[in-house]
Amino acid sequence: MPVYLDHAATTPMRPEAIAAYTEAMGVVGNPSSIHSQGQQAKRMLEEARESIAGTLGADPIEVVFTSGGTEAVNLAVKGMYWARADGGRRPRILVPGGEHHATLDTVEWLERSEGAQPSWLPLDAEGRIVVPEAVDGERTALLTFLAVNNEVGTVQPIAALAAAARAAGVPVHVDAVAAYGHLPLDFRALGVDALSVSAHKIGGPVGIGALVLSRASTVVPLIHGGGQQRQVRSGTQDVAAAVSFAVAARAAESERAEETARLTALRDRLIRGVRAAVPEAVLSGPEPGSAERVASNAHFTFPGAQGDSLLFLLDMAGVSVSTGSACQAGIPEPSHVLLAMGRTEEEARSALRFTLGRTSTEADVDALLAALPSAYAQAARAGLADRPSRLR
Amino acid sequence: MGRVKVLAAMSGGVDSAVAAARAVEAGHDVVGVHLALSRMPGTLRTGSRGCCTIEDSMDAQRAANIIGIPYYVWDFSERFKLDVVDDFIAEYSAGRTPNPCMRCNERIKFAALLEKALDLGFDAVCTGHYAAIVTDADGNRELHRASAWAKDQSYVLGVLTAEQLAHAMFPLGATPSKAEVRAEAAARGLSVANKPDSHDICFIPDGDTRGWLAERVGTATGDIVDREGNRLGTHEGAHAYTVGQRKGLNVGYPSPDGRPRFVLEVRPKENEVVVGPREALDIAEIAGSRFTWAGMPPADPGTPFACEVQIRAHADPVPAVASVTGGELVVRPEVPLNGVAPGQTAVVYVGTRVLGQTTIDRTVSAVPV
Repeated sequence: MPVYLDHAATTPMRPEAIAAYTEAMGVVGNPSSIHSQGQQAKRMLEEARESIAGTLGADPIEVVFTSGGTEAVNLAVKGMYWARADGGRRPRILVPGGEHHATLDTVEWLERSEGAQPSWLPLDAEGRIVVPEAVDGERTALLTFLAVNNEVGTVQPIAALAAAARAAGVPVHVDAVAAYGHLPLDFRALGVDALSVSAHKIGGPVGIGALVLSRASTVVPLIHGGGQQRQVRSGTQDVAAAVSFAVAARAAESERAEETARLTALRDRLIRGVRAAVPEAVLSGPEPGSAERVASNAHFTFPGAQGDSLLFLLDMAGVSVSTGSACQAGIPEPSHVLLAMGRTEEEARSALRFTLGRTSTEADVDALLAALPSAYAQAARAGLADRPSRLR
Repeated sequence: MGRVKVLAAMSGGVDSAVAAARAVEAGHDVVGVHLALSRMPGTLRTGSRGCCTIEDSMDAQRAANIIGIPYYVWDFSERFKLDVVDDFIAEYSAGRTPNPCMRCNERIKFAALLEKALDLGFDAVCTGHYAAIVTDADGNRELHRASAWAKDQSYVLGVLTAEQLAHAMFPLGATPSKAEVRAEAAARGLSVANKPDSHDICFIPDGDTRGWLAERVGTATGDIVDREGNRLGTHEGAHAYTVGQRKGLNVGYPSPDGRPRFVLEVRPKENEVVVGPREALDIAEIAGSRFTWAGMPPADPGTPFACEVQIRAHADPVPAVASVTGGELVVRPEVPLNGVAPGQTAVVYVGTRVLGQTTIDRTVSAVPV
C-alpha cells in the first residue's frame, strides 16, 4: 500500500461510518413521505442532523444538508449575495485572495454575471487574512473566508474578521471545510451567519456536506423543487449519507483533542524531518509551535524544483502527496495561495502539501523522509519549466 | 532497446494510446504523460479537433488506465506558447509559412519534454508517430519512413537530431496501416479506437487560421503587385496569403496574357503581395542555414550528393542533389518544385532514410524575371 499523505484531499472513511452507511441504505422510506416508513426515515435523518448540529454548536434547524462543501459554499456565497445585493445597492463581496476555488470561482462568476464587486482581502506572509480596518456596510453584501487555509494550513483570526463585518451589519460566511474535526467550531460563539462543512474530510462519505445557516439569515436557493430543508435546498434528502456523516462527526469531535495532540507531534516530526533532509526547503505558513497552524498540515516550497516533478517522483516511490488543491484537468498551476502571500510564481510552482489524518503513523512520515532527498535532487535537476533547452 | 523506463506522450488519440500499449508489451517500464499545451484548457471538443481539451486529457487518462500504467499531466503551456504559438505568429508576420507541428516536435516533445523525462529518470520518450528508427551496423540510430506510407510522419520528425533520436521510440513505425492501429485499439478495449484523427493546428481549434492570425497580427490593407512592381489590386492583410495561392486575389482584371495569377511572394515589410504566372512558382534551388542531420551526417556534406527532397508533410519526394555550401544546405531538385515558401521545411531523404532538414531561407526561381 502506498503511504497516504494527502488527507486534506480526502481521508479514509471510518469503519463505523461505512457500517452505518451500508445499514442505513437498506432502509426504505423517503423522509418527506407521510407514512410510517417515511417517518422512520425522517427520524434517522433528524437524529443525524442533531448529532452534526451538536458538533458545531448549532441548532438542528440550522443544519442544511448539501451535496458537499462546494455546494455549501456556493449556496452561502451566491445565496447571500442574491439576498443582500438589493438590485446592486450592495454589490461588494469581501473575500481574501487565498480562498479555495469553491469560493474564488463562485465570486468571479458573480462578478462576471451578476455585477458583484469583489474586494480582495490581502494575506500576510504566513497566509493570515488581514482584518479590514473598516467595512462599508452600506455597500457590502457579505464577507466570506476560510477558517483554515486548505493549502498552507494557516488558522485564520475568525472572531476578529467576523467582528469587523458584524460591526458594519454585514453577514459572514465561514468556509470551515478544512477546519472541521481539527478546530473547535462553535457556530453561536463565532458570531457568524453561515458555515460550510464536508463529511469526507472527517471520515464520512463523499457526496454530503452541510451549510449551517442561522435562522435569521436569508439566502436565495440554488436548487428549487419540493421545498425541503427550510425551502433552502430542495431535493430528496439522503438519509444514509446523513447517518454516516453523523457517525463520523461524533467520532471526530469526541477524539478531536487527543487526535490534535497526536497529529501535532507527527506534523512536527515531519517538518523537522523535511528540514533536516532538504535544508533548502521553506515552510509555508506559521511555524510549528504556533497555534495558528492546523495540526494536520505541513506545506513546503522546494527551491529550484517543480512541485509536479516532486509529486511524480514521490508517487513512483509510493508516497501520495499534493501540490495544492486538486483541479479538474490535473494540470498543476502555480499556487494562488502562495501568490497571495507574496511569493513568486517560481516559488508557487515549487510547492508540496503534506497532510496527515486519523490513519497517519510515524512510519508514514519516515517513508516520506526516506524518499524525499533523492526526489528533491532529481527534481531540482529537472529544474523549472522555463529554463533554456539543452537539446536545442 | 532492452527493458528501459519509457515516458509515453499521450495526446488522447488512438495512435499514442496504441504506441504506449506496445511499449508496455515490449517489456518496458512505461508511464503515460499528457502534455497540457493550452493556457485555456477549459474547452470541450467541438466540431474540429484540437489536442488541448479536457476531453483529450480524459481520453488519455482512460487509455492509460486500460493499459494499466500510471498517468500524469505535465504543463508545457508556457514553453508551447513561446516556442510554437508565438513563433508561428512571428513567422507569418515575417512573410514565411511555418509548420507548427514540426516546431512542437523540435522544441516541446523532443526537447522540453524529453529533457524533463531524462532528468526524472526516464530513458526514452515514446510517441504515436508513424516513423521508424533503424540502428545501423555501427549502432547509430537512423530515422526512416514508416511502413504505412500513406500515414508516414517522418517529415514532421525530420528536425530531430542524433541526440534526440537516441531517446525516441516510435512503436507504430512498422504498422502497415492506420486501420490496423484502430483494430488493435479496439481489441485492447481502448475507447479511443474510433476517435477521429486530428488534422488542424491544435491551437486553432476552429480551423480558421486566417481569422486567428488576423486577430493577432491585425489586418492592414496593402498592394497586390506584379513582378515588375505594377499595382494590380488591394489585399486585406498580407499574412492571409501563402505562396502558390490562386484564389481570393481579387485582382479586378485579367493578366495581359489572360492566364491565371498566383501568389509568388509575400513581403511583410512593404505589406505587398507579389503575383505572377504559374511557371514563376517553379523553384530550381532552395537553401537554408538552419539545417540539422537526423543521425550521422553524410561523410562529406560539401560534396554534392544524390537525395530526395520533400517540402510539405504530404508532398511527394522529388529527386535532388544537395550539398552544404557557404554555411547553407543547398538543394537543387531535378525537376522544379512548385510553390515553395520561405519558412517551410525541406526534409532530405536517401531512400527511406531521413538524412536531415533545413528551414528554407531563400529560393531561386527556375524562371528568372
